[in-house]
Amino acid sequence: MIQLVTATGTRVSHPEFDRWLEDIDAERLCALYEDMVVIRRIDTEATHLQRQGELALWPPLLGQEAAQIGSGRALRSDDFVFSSYRENGVAYCRGVDLTDLLRVWRGNVSSGWDPFEINMATPQIIIGAQTLHATGYALGIQNDGADAAAITYFGDGAVSQGDVSEALVFAASFQVPVIFFCQNNHWAISEPVGLQSRVPIADRAPGFGIPALRVDGNDVLAVLAATRIALDRARTGGGPTFIEAVTYRMGPHTTADDPTRYRDANELEDWAAKDPITRMEALLTHEGLFTPELQAGVAAKADAVAKEMRAGCIGLPEPEPMDVFNNVYSTPNSQLERQRDHYSRYLATLAGAEGSN
Amino acid sequence: MSTMTFSRAINAGLRKAMDDDPKVLLMGEDIGKLGGVFRITDGLQKDFGPQRVLDTPLAESAILGTAVGLAYRGYRPVCEIQFDGFIYPAFDQIVAQVAKLHYRTQGKVRMPITIRVPFGGGIGSPEHHSESPEAYFTHTSGLRVISVSNPQDAYSMIRQAIACDDPVLYFEPKRRYHTKGEVNENQDLDQMPSMESAQVVAPGTDVTLVAYGPLVQTAREAAMAAADEGISIEVIDLRSLAPIDFAPLEASVRRTGRLVITHEAAQSGGLGAEIAASITERCFSYLEAAPVRVTGFDVPYPASKLEKHHLPDLDRILDGVDRALGRPNSLSGLEG
Repeated sequence: MIQLVTATGTRVSHPEFDRWLEDIDAERLCALYEDMVVIRRIDTEATHLQRQGELALWPPLLGQEAAQIGSGRALRSDDFVFSSYRENGVAYCRGVDLTDLLRVWRGNVSSGWDPFEINMATPQIIIGAQTLHATGYALGIQNDGADAAAITYFGDGAVSQGDVSEALVFAASFQVPVIFFCQNNHWAISEPVGLQSRVPIADRAPGFGIPALRVDGNDVLAVLAATRIALDRARTGGGPTFIEAVTYRMGPHTTADDPTRYRDANELEDWAAKDPITRMEALLTHEGLFTPELQAGVAAKADAVAKEMRAGCIGLPEPEPMDVFNNVYSTPNSQLERQRDHYSRYLATLAGAEGSN
Repeated sequence: MSTMTFSRAINAGLRKAMDDDPKVLLMGEDIGKLGGVFRITDGLQKDFGPQRVLDTPLAESAILGTAVGLAYRGYRPVCEIQFDGFIYPAFDQIVAQVAKLHYRTQGKVRMPITIRVPFGGGIGSPEHHSESPEAYFTHTSGLRVISVSNPQDAYSMIRQAIACDDPVLYFEPKRRYHTKGEVNENQDLDQMPSMESAQVVAPGTDVTLVAYGPLVQTAREAAMAAADEGISIEVIDLRSLAPIDFAPLEASVRRTGRLVITHEAAQSGGLGAEIAASITERCFSYLEAAPVRVTGFDVPYPASKLEKHHLPDLDRILDGVDRALGRPNSLSGLEG
């Protein structure tokens, strides 16, 4: 497993990976730290909003900040992301509007943002389905002769899905510019990763003819370097890469889950000692960068982002009843129009009945 | 106008669509060098290259799933499912992704994907090669489902399906592939009748007989046979299974007062049930008899030596017509 920063924050050199980080100066290192703190704050704030009844559900990413920021910050704006529902940190890197991040979890819409504005598809709930979408998109990139890449995010549970295997087959056969980014967070709701795979997940990829990298997913620099290596391969005609980022889901699967029913508290403690943000703070301290000014600046940014997101969430307008019929098709559909017409008449009778009271 | 087989007409329609739009590409198993097991894509890879006519690995979910990604990238994929019974591995991608992405994204993402499905029986094949799975898809919001019955429609409607910004399942009756007919290849898309429209293919006054795909020809033959006995059947080719164009059906039933629907697919929960219910709702006071369904049975597709019992044929359709007319029939004398 590739690790460039130890759990106690010591930078270790690596003959192959270091050259992919030459531009990561003090300022960029601090920026990565800020990103991780901000998305942890976004995540925590969203969890609070759910507990307060403002969101119907939220899938926390607590513990996976390095995996998401390290990979998300490696991407170019013309790359395209196909993720699951937990990659809110990646969406943040893509520049998602904070209110758009929450619209789906408040229950207002089925997806929150315009995929083409930030080149990221909206969260995919069917496990593993998006790996095929990324592979197809990459096929399109290849046909276009472009040097962009597609990246797909999925978890350890997804690797048992047929779609993921099929995506690996197609990606290898057509040698398309796609990155399979697996966040092995050790749990698929209540099922441990050992139930999905008897071998390290990354070991599967070479069997498909796809090179794999297994990195410490709580080490933002290792993740950044690995993703850059994969992107470079994709952009230069080298085909797909599989990255397994070994991380840990410190929170529940979603706010509807109770991990105390299936998970040992000691395990959580062990992983808390490998917390990606604590590790980054230790590294910054070693480098003499963890100044009061940095801490104050980052805290202020996180506060401002959380405040803006909360206000955006609470201020969202309620959907209109007739929205239920919109956009099923791109052009009118006679059978659906009839149902729409009937329901609007029905609603009008209710309005009339209310008016007469 | 030129005379061509049903299969040649689909091929010509695909070729025209590819000529017109460089974003159209074909994907499927054995469709390239071989030209497909039914030769529908014959010669297209040779002329358009392997990037636009892709022989894919044998994974139906991946054919549809990668088509989704290509659609995100601005392509218009045309996916071939080799046989009707092979579509199920792709079911999740079709109903959970292809069908729903436009709605999910509030119209931001379009899925102009055409899914060609050779369907239906009558070719003496083993299991999984003769099914009629259309109702699974007509039950799924977000999909358009069409079925063609003659070479002209085969040509026109494949072009319309590909040009449509919504996903379209295009069910082609494989036992009619060798049927010949006149095809006008010089029509622009906007000159063609809407692919959403049902069409009266044989006028009549006594009974309305609704069919689609392979059974349109059988229905027409039944109408001719009935005419010898002085019974006038109006045959309607449904063409679009989702949405259904009810206007011509309603107009016809208001004149005839009697409705027979026939399809190869199993009866329960099928298109016939939907049509019978809807026409009963819309034309109740015009009906002289209960709508009649003449369909495949609620059985898995049987072995080929038994399929003649399963598939509605001319005589079973005429028996259904007799039931609608209250003439002596197979159920005469039974209660209900």
